[in-house]
Amino acid sequence: MIPYDLTQLPLVKPALQSRWPQFILRAVALAGFGFAILAGLFGTPVGSRNFGIVFVWIAWWALLMLIAVPLLGRGWCSICPIPMPGEWLQQGNILKPTGQPTGQPIGQPTGRLRKLVLGRRWPKAWRNIWLQNGAFALVALFSTVVLTQPRATAFVLGGFLVVAIGASLVFERRAFCRYLCPVGGFIGLYSQLAPVELRVKDTAVCAAHTEKTCYTGSAAGYGCPWQVYPGSLVKNTYCGACLECLRTCPHDNIAINLRSFGADLANPSGRKLDEAYKGFIMLGSALVYAAVLLGPWGFLKSAAYGVGSLPWMVYASAFILFVFGLLPGLFYLAVAAGRRLAGSGLNLRREFIAYAYALVPLGLAAWIAFSLSFVFTNLSYIWSTLSDPLGWGWNLIGTAGVAWTPYLSGIIPAAQALVLLGGVGWASRTARRIARENLSPRAARRQALPVAAFCFLVIFLLMVLLVG
Amino acid sequence: MNAERTARLFVIGLLLGLPLALFLARWFAPGDAPGQAIEIHARMAEAGGWTPADLTVAAGEPLHLRLTSDDVVHGFAIGQSAAPPLDVEPGKVVETTLAFDRPGKYVFYCTRWCGPDHWRMRGTIEVLGESAGTHNEAPPKEAPPKEAPPLYVSLGIDIDSPHPAAVIPDQRPSAARGAALGISIPANLLSLEYFRSHSPAAVWQTLRAASLTKDLSDEQVWDLVALAWRLNAGPQSLAEGGQLFAQNCAACHGESGGGDGVMAALLKPEVHSTEEFGHDIQAPVDFTDSAILLGASPALLQGKILRGGMGTGMPYFGPLLTEAQTWALVDYLWTFQFEMEELP
Repeated sequence: MIPYDLTQLPLVKPALQSRWPQFILRAVALAGFGFAILAGLFGTPVGSRNFGIVFVWIAWWALLMLIAVPLLGRGWCSICPIPMPGEWLQQGNILKPTGQPTGQPIGQPTGRLRKLVLGRRWPKAWRNIWLQNGAFALVALFSTVVLTQPRATAFVLGGFLVVAIGASLVFERRAFCRYLCPVGGFIGLYSQLAPVELRVKDTAVCAAHTEKTCYTGSAAGYGCPWQVYPGSLVKNTYCGACLECLRTCPHDNIAINLRSFGADLANPSGRKLDEAYKGFIMLGSALVYAAVLLGPWGFLKSAAYGVGSLPWMVYASAFILFVFGLLPGLFYLAVAAGRRLAGSGLNLRREFIAYAYALVPLGLAAWIAFSLSFVFTNLSYIWSTLSDPLGWGWNLIGTAGVAWTPYLSGIIPAAQALVLLGGVGWASRTARRIARENLSPRAARRQALPVAAFCFLVIFLLMVLLVG
Repeated sequence: MNAERTARLFVIGLLLGLPLALFLARWFAPGDAPGQAIEIHARMAEAGGWTPADLTVAAGEPLHLRLTSDDVVHGFAIGQSAAPPLDVEPGKVVETTLAFDRPGKYVFYCTRWCGPDHWRMRGTIEVLGESAGTHNEAPPKEAPPKEAPPLYVSLGIDIDSPHPAAVIPDQRPSAARGAALGISIPANLLSLEYFRSHSPAAVWQTLRAASLTKDLSDEQVWDLVALAWRLNAGPQSLAEGGQLFAQNCAACHGESGGGDGVMAALLKPEVHSTEEFGHDIQAPVDFTDSAILLGASPALLQGKILRGGMGTGMPYFGPLLTEAQTWALVDYLWTFQFEMEELP
């Protein structure tokens, strides 16, 4: 599919260039985020009646995993409120950069704020997503508690905000989003599958543009908060869709393309071990969550809920071992077997990393299927929580008494099965395509076979756990 | 106004205005002001029970309560009251208005088996002042009669000492078989006073010694004892007692009375810390054990129910049950020993 630039459509470009629509969405999201924290701290401790749990882990999660990530990639990051307060401190403004009378660069804080913001470069050794991988795994260990207890959710959300502000004060740009946010890590991974991308129209124009205002900023907008030079973008992973480059490019050289799903996976450049591991962590987490939250094993649930207890420590150790050791280990064996079958002499480590990108569609399918099971089961809690967000007995809009009703329960298992089968098909096709980069069609089929078998095994387990 | 200032006002309005509006709505919502209703949060006893647990109200004044649960489903009822209990569900608010005419201390309690220490989930309502409706009336010439002490107290029964049955039947006695014998039990043995103060084993010994049973076997005499107990417990009392047993006793003593209820395991001494109670925790009594139950008089069982086990793990139901309810419960306990079927 030839990419189609959506900014060519009438009103699209002015709407995206204007700061107000994005600002209003982010401000509303920030208010919702703050209210979720307040609800967690002061509202009812009953999760299904608390705004913090229902709107974060059901409503937001449904929007994120079922719509935003598959269709818009980093669409959520575009309006995420978490970096806002830190950025305001960094930039000294909340809407747009203003020229400084003191002669300092545009978009930098003045007065006392200037002393507060250090603006350091992010350490070179950590310019990868290993910290995001670790942060996600850490949150995942406590997730059964965080997902059900409003106060725990409030502490986690508040923690995100504090760390984001701290990172903004010490480091330049959105260091939290780029290197620390556990959610941003997997959104970036799966955004490679989305049918939209932000790219430059003509790299030659960028090369000739000496000021590089997309990276340094101008009166029209900030330099890329994600520390990305748009001219070198080949995949969505690290583009936060903040749209600043659309505002700062003086040559109208930025396009928002509609493209085919998963187009980034066809690009062999930029494959890295930290991203490969993100794929294992996400896939492993989906398997563990499905077993713990939806499986019939009471002891597993008890262990996962008993944070700090000996069974929990065993569970946590097993979780870490599974996602960081067992799953990648099995995959490594699959890649090695494929290499033997195909008679390939390529570097095994490099192949392990490359084929791990086949797990990107597999992981997204697993998370969509997993999310379908609990999102539609619990979506009806939204009505009572809208009317009584803190569980204090209010009935603001008259829906406090709406009873819990699982939605679409008749078709969800079929939808999950379809998604999982689609995921394994896509993953197998991706594995074969990756193999074709260096091998003949016949050898590529042999090389991809064990990887596809690995994917089938994972999907089979998920099918048993989720669909039954 | 420039764009930056508009944006700042917008953010401030959203961040402060939204929570502020909601919190103000909480305090100023009509009929919902804190002075008009007391909000009570229910949590499992291990997590704090009722909060607040002690309320005070003037006699005759309405007491408006808003109840909600912070964990599992609880029930709310006032002790010694015929009013049906309310379900207190997590995240929902149930409202009720109470009025107490007489001063005194009332107990409210949980009616749902919410956890191992469910029975500890109790609170008090202290009703102050004079009885409602008596403010403008002349004081009564005579003081109201004092309530009589419970029977087990007036009989001076030591309910903590062992009371093994001196004799027990070989088979389960049947009231219907006793009725079929066609023997009239002496009226003095059937009087409420006698019946409630004697154990079945004691009554058996009395009947065994009487001339009217000289031709009967020991088991037939036990059938007469079962008949005597059945004649003193009407079907209505047994039905009410059965309901009370299911609500209050079955979790520990078991539905079949065998001392094997779902909470029984938690009350074993080796499971429950005795230091916590300061006494010796005991496993729930097995009502199907003839040696235990047939040696107890109804008055002794009344005492056990009203006063509880004093640290053994057996709760005290004195503030919760009316006298009629207590006797109905006692009547029902005998069904674990006797066939109490409809008489021919």
